[in-house]
Amino acid sequence: MEIILATGIGVLAGSGVWLVLRPRTFQVIIGLSLLSYAVNLFIIAMGRLRIDAAPVLAARAAGDPSRFADPLPQALVLTAIVISFATTALFLVVLLAARGLTGTDHVDGREPEA
Amino acid sequence: MNPADHLMIAPVVLPLFVGAMMLALGGERHRNINATLNVVSTFVLVGISIALLRAADASPTGVAGVYRLGDWPAPFAIVFVVDRLATIMLLLTSVLAAAAVVFSLARWHRAGVLFHPLFQFLLMGINGAFLTGDLFNLFVFFEVLLAASYSLALHGSGSARVMAGLHYIVVNLVASLLFLIGVSLIYGVAGTLNMADLAARIPAIRAEDRALLEAGAGILGTAFLVKAGMWPLCFWLPGTYASAPPPVASIFAILTKVGVYIVLRLWLLLFGEDAGASAQFGSEWLLLGGAATVGFGVIGSLASQDMARLAAFSVLVSSGTVLTAIGMGQVGVTGGALFYLISSTMGLGAFFLLIELVERGREAGADVLAVTREVYGEEDELEESEEVGIAIPATMGILGIAFISCAVMISGLPPLSGFIAKFAVLTAALNPPAGAVPVSGWILLLVLILSGLAALIAMTRAGIRAFWAAPDRTVPRVRLIEIGPVAVLLLLCAIQTIQAGPVMRFMQATAQSLHAPQDYIRGVLGSAGNWPSVPGGGPT
Repeated sequence: MEIILATGIGVLAGSGVWLVLRPRTFQVIIGLSLLSYAVNLFIIAMGRLRIDAAPVLAARAAGDPSRFADPLPQALVLTAIVISFATTALFLVVLLAARGLTGTDHVDGREPEA
Repeated sequence: MNPADHLMIAPVVLPLFVGAMMLALGGERHRNINATLNVVSTFVLVGISIALLRAADASPTGVAGVYRLGDWPAPFAIVFVVDRLATIMLLLTSVLAAAAVVFSLARWHRAGVLFHPLFQFLLMGINGAFLTGDLFNLFVFFEVLLAASYSLALHGSGSARVMAGLHYIVVNLVASLLFLIGVSLIYGVAGTLNMADLAARIPAIRAEDRALLEAGAGILGTAFLVKAGMWPLCFWLPGTYASAPPPVASIFAILTKVGVYIVLRLWLLLFGEDAGASAQFGSEWLLLGGAATVGFGVIGSLASQDMARLAAFSVLVSSGTVLTAIGMGQVGVTGGALFYLISSTMGLGAFFLLIELVERGREAGADVLAVTREVYGEEDELEESEEVGIAIPATMGILGIAFISCAVMISGLPPLSGFIAKFAVLTAALNPPAGAVPVSGWILLLVLILSGLAALIAMTRAGIRAFWAAPDRTVPRVRLIEIGPVAVLLLLCAIQTIQAGPVMRFMQATAQSLHAPQDYIRGVLGSAGNWPSVPGGGPT
């Protein structure tokens, strides 16, 4: 379980970094999305991996924290997902505006001289 | 809870409410109503900040109060903490915002859509970041202020602005992801996100977990230093600031200071004297990184051809100077650096506004507006109908005096407050409480003197080129509501000079409580010992 998650985060983050460093705006936005997935998984991992453990206490039962998953990282991830979704949408608009104003999808607004 | 205590949350709730009201009223269709609401709300924020500042200064601990959202006890829920540092930053923000919004009424708020609501949301984000006492909540407020700043940086459109904005957005999105990684690492080790709780737990972190904690703090710090513009993380800054519309660039002068504020707050809180093995973690990075930033800013400002880039590089010099001074880790130096932070931010805010007025005579600003008009198809609207306010006489003379004042402020010459600030920093750095002057003191001396000299050369050259050596210039039409904000900001710098004694006392008291944060921690957590102490920390 740990090794699968760690590999997944690594692959996502590596691909994301590579794509962010590419010269086309579309590659950059995909790279940012992959990076944000990697970060979201990382936040979950930081709350310790638990299988078959609920993040909320059962009603009217004495809570033993060791039997439950940590709810806080899950709440953080939800917030992070919403925020990264919104900023990606905003970035998409700017990307289209840049494409329209400069006529190219290069991140510098002009093609490099060959 | 006393009704007056709710004033503590007003700096966040008021802009949120006013911004939402503007959108509900129909956004762009009632620009005059929006403008009125924006001005009223911003000026009310100035009043609220002053009230909070007085309350914080009157309190013996320096903490005016702790606002518990939902009245949950502190380590379990989000708190807002109103202390001296937070309130002086709130006041600085609202003063700059008031100047920028009045300036924008002359013409810039027509250059694009939804200027006023976005401006209010930006203020909400900045104020929230200053007030919050919780790391993840800080992330949320950072995103609020960044989302608003992305749109404001693009205000007025045009391809230069959109490309600079694109880079700005990518850099800040990546920085936000680093922020999240740092926050979650710290949570994984310490098991809390409340800043005060974190500070109380760090000395007890197990030795084998300490590397992970410091890695988290380092990554988190990187995210803030991107915002503060520390070299080598600052390449996005000059382009973005130089191409942002002037009133927006003026309020952006505070955005780098948000990064500096967080470094100041978190670093001294988490890695102060009491942090055990982690005390002073990373101070050499702050010192050398700050000095490198000043070096980069100096070279950039000497090489700048136009004034907007010069101003943007001066922003780097300003935040680099503060970071170097913080890296010294001495109370007296920190107090002087706070004084410098306030005066240089006001000087830079005034300079960004002034540049547009000066450049207008050289038709540079007019080019930008022409592009704007093309994009938005508002050919007629920007003509005679938008001549708001009265044109002032003796324009060139007044602009010249304002320019000289800005140059004196930024380069740190007497008689304005920039000089007193640098003098205070150097006096403290060269008179350490014990022992000989450390190497860092000499580095700081070199940085301050050289950056002042370079700023003076660069400003003099820009001034000669703009005022004396421009044969084809026409005298710009400047209106009272445009020069007024610049004059008020410079006047405040002059008042800061005259009242240097009380202001410096306040700054030194702020620095004292930053370096000895027991009152802050006790204020947030209540009487010591009512939170579960987890030796070694970490959720199980």
